[in-house]
Amino acid sequence: MIFLNAFLLSGAFCLVAQIILDNTKMTPGHITSIFTVLGALLSFLGIYPKLIEWGGAGATAQISNFGNMLYLGALEGYKEMGVLGLVSGLLSKSSAAIASAVIIAFVLSFIFKPKN
Amino acid sequence: MNKEEYQKLVDEFTPKEKKLKNAIVAFVVGGLVGFLGQVFVTILQNSFGVEVTESYVWLCITIIFIASLFTALGFFDNWVSKCKAGLFLPTTGFAHSVTSSALDYRRDGLITGLGSNFFKLAGSVLLYGMISGFFFAVLGVIIYG
Repeated sequence: MIFLNAFLLSGAFCLVAQIILDNTKMTPGHITSIFTVLGALLSFLGIYPKLIEWGGAGATAQISNFGNMLYLGALEGYKEMGVLGLVSGLLSKSSAAIASAVIIAFVLSFIFKPKN
Repeated sequence: MNKEEYQKLVDEFTPKEKKLKNAIVAFVVGGLVGFLGQVFVTILQNSFGVEVTESYVWLCITIIFIASLFTALGFFDNWVSKCKAGLFLPTTGFAHSVTSSALDYRRDGLITGLGSNFFKLAGSVLLYGMISGFFFAVLGVIIYG
């Protein structure tokens, strides 16, 4: 049941992050950075693709998927064009996320004024 | 009273129930993000014939668009401070941090305001993501060949 898995996996990620937030002095900035690195590590260990297979969007909607995509992008780049591909492929998969966030935030900052 | 003593005092008086409530809210809200995301990609795959990997890219862009728009409209800050990890850990948090720094620093000018502060909050995710992704990939090439 992929919908339930997505709920449980995504919820579990956020639950762990919340427990860290409440019991340490780390800020959300620390935690999101750690989870991104964790995503790259889990991808390196071959676990993250399995998480995506099991939990679908529950794994891909997380910031840790960013680390996963960066790792996989660099690795795929290496397979295609060798050492150069490590750098040219690094951002290939995550480009959609970065570029869309940049474009959307830029355009919105011209349309809206901050509320506070 | 110094900062640490104060923090200790605060911790003593912070009820355990609040932490439990935070944890439950984060789990349910975070879970809902994953669930709704799964509904979205399933619709794309089944009704529009989008490939699985492509549907995840569409999901990512859609989440970023929604979170950025809600941030710009002004009520997402409130949601994030209530749901905490439930909303800052998914990609919504990344979009929220980029859009809120863009909105906040826009009035300080295009270069010194918007340009230099654009990645103020999201920069560390980009930096450490890229560094770890690169070095794990180098390690992967060495180990797995």
